[in-house]
Amino acid sequence: MSDMPLYQFRLFTAGSTPNSMQALANLSSFCRAHLAGRHEIDIVDVFDHPKRALSEGIFLTPTLVKLSPLPVQRFVGTLNQPEQLLAALGIEPARNEN
Amino acid sequence: MTTVAASMVKTPTKAITGIDGFDQITGGGLPSGRTTLLVGGPGSGKTIFALQFLVAGARTCAEPGIFVAFEETPHRIASNAQGFEWGLAALVPEQIFFLDAQPLAETMQSGSFDLIGMLSALDAQVEHMGARRVVFDALDIVLELLPDAASKRREINRLHAWLLSRKLTGLITLKASGPETSPMSQQPYGFMQFMVDCAIILSHGVVMGVSQRNVRVQKYRGSAFDENESPFVIGKSGFDVAITRTLGRVDTMVSSERVTTGVERLDTMLGGGYYRGASVLITGFPGTAKTTLGGAFAEAACERGERTLFVSFDSDGAEVMRNLASVSIQLERFTESGLLKMVSARTITGSAETYLVRIKALATDHQARCVVIDPVSTLSSSGNEITARGVAERLIDWSKAYGITLVCTSLLDEMRSHSDGGAPLQISTLADTWIHLNYLVQAGERNRGMSIIKSRGTAHSNQVRELILSDSGVTLADVYTAGGEVLMGTLRWEKESAERVAKEGAVVAGELLRVRLDAEEAELQVRLKSVETELVAKQAEKKLLARSAEGRERGLSLERIQMQELRGGDAAGSANE
Repeated sequence: MSDMPLYQFRLFTAGSTPNSMQALANLSSFCRAHLAGRHEIDIVDVFDHPKRALSEGIFLTPTLVKLSPLPVQRFVGTLNQPEQLLAALGIEPARNEN
Repeated sequence: MTTVAASMVKTPTKAITGIDGFDQITGGGLPSGRTTLLVGGPGSGKTIFALQFLVAGARTCAEPGIFVAFEETPHRIASNAQGFEWGLAALVPEQIFFLDAQPLAETMQSGSFDLIGMLSALDAQVEHMGARRVVFDALDIVLELLPDAASKRREINRLHAWLLSRKLTGLITLKASGPETSPMSQQPYGFMQFMVDCAIILSHGVVMGVSQRNVRVQKYRGSAFDENESPFVIGKSGFDVAITRTLGRVDTMVSSERVTTGVERLDTMLGGGYYRGASVLITGFPGTAKTTLGGAFAEAACERGERTLFVSFDSDGAEVMRNLASVSIQLERFTESGLLKMVSARTITGSAETYLVRIKALATDHQARCVVIDPVSTLSSSGNEITARGVAERLIDWSKAYGITLVCTSLLDEMRSHSDGGAPLQISTLADTWIHLNYLVQAGERNRGMSIIKSRGTAHSNQVRELILSDSGVTLADVYTAGGEVLMGTLRWEKESAERVAKEGAVVAGELLRVRLDAEEAELQVRLKSVETELVAKQAEKKLLARSAEGRERGLSLERIQMQELRGGDAAGSANE
């Protein structure tokens, strides 16, 4: 596990709107399934931090930013397709590891 | 700018767009605090319209604005806007803020999303700069990313609700595909037209090979507006919407000052010249000296020291001046002093609208008080005639509004020669004075005839005159009518010389008669003298006769006395009885 990188995520949400809630739920279950013990999720609510949304160019919510490992990647939407996320992040499906 | 707007009362509930003409169509601009939809095809000028709206807000209404760019980078938009005389760079970012909201290409999309992030970011920015106007340019780009029609609608509603709740004047631009703008059929955006308070359609088409841009207000809740398509051009200052005559506009100042036509006898025929600010139409076939009359007017205007613009569609400015110099109309001295500006409009290409805008811009630049357009009929050859007619109307409206004396020449088609000068643009009905030039072919000659068909508000001669061009200038000559026929040229000359000979003959005959009478008088006086002398002689003779008779009488009585004395018989007294 030591060679496995730590995944740092930042999820921009818009309060408790359906899309944002759904994205948070989807991300959490995705991380539990595939990145257990090696992920961090930082949640930024654009209602609380509108200037941050402005400076970071977050216009569509929810937006997921993968900060590390590099390169930085962005995902927009409810993250309802785990396979797509896996492929994009280059993560081997968890059950193959076990 | 507001010289023509009067029919629609300007209310503070409108946000001016700074687009000359458009604010007049809508009676003051876009609905303030409401949302307006701007639909147009590619290259129809949506972004320019939106930018101009923000610039006007920042510059004239103290309403800062935000430009949300979905399609282009703010940098590109700003550099494209450098071409306009707005001074946009000075307004960014305090007065106009660009928000780069282009979806990043590397962003992956998974599932549905919303625009809340953008709206909260905008909230922060609106508060920061006190923005009152927001433009969403090419909203369709982001809507395309949404997975289904329902979520598209949802986000549009969200945006609309946000704008309304913040009392922002919103302008959303959308692309319309295809040359024909039929947004009603364009789902799912069609419903936006029902949602918004104002919808504007821009179209850019090609009519007979000439580019034609039109703007039309499709709906405007709670306001009167001009429902027709209005042509517009994109010029140096951005949009220039050509407005048609609006009912109830303020009548422009009417002057009763006269300006000379440049031809002395023509002034007399018109009772003193053209009115200042009048529009004059000179029609005629090719070669009837239309340009010459226009040139004469320009020369006279420059001699009065008035700035004049001469727009020639036919030939080069220098060529026109050379040709006019041959009839002693010297324009070169005025182009050198800067009073006269010669423009060869052959170099301007485009629709009639483009010509109008260019001519207006040139005249404004030059601060012209007199404008000559030679010939205005060129307008109808580019683009269709219907538009050209509107242009001619607006040209006259515009010149009247600014008190510019406008002289237009108009070429008549040879084919239409039979109808007596029905100008194709039909500006003849709009023009104040209409002078018609034509040829009279007679006895193997072509001569130029000139007549005044109409001249509003002035007494004018009903006579046809012959227009004579010579080295010494332009003159008008009387024509002779003989046996119901008008005589011109050589025939007129013959008639004139015949009359001269007859006159000379009459003078000689008169002289002869006088001499003869003198002689008769002298003769009579001589006779009178001799008779008088004879009378004196007769009188003398008569006197002599009387005297001799008396003498004889006395002699006789003396003899009687002497005889009595000699006889001595009778008394002396009885002999004297």
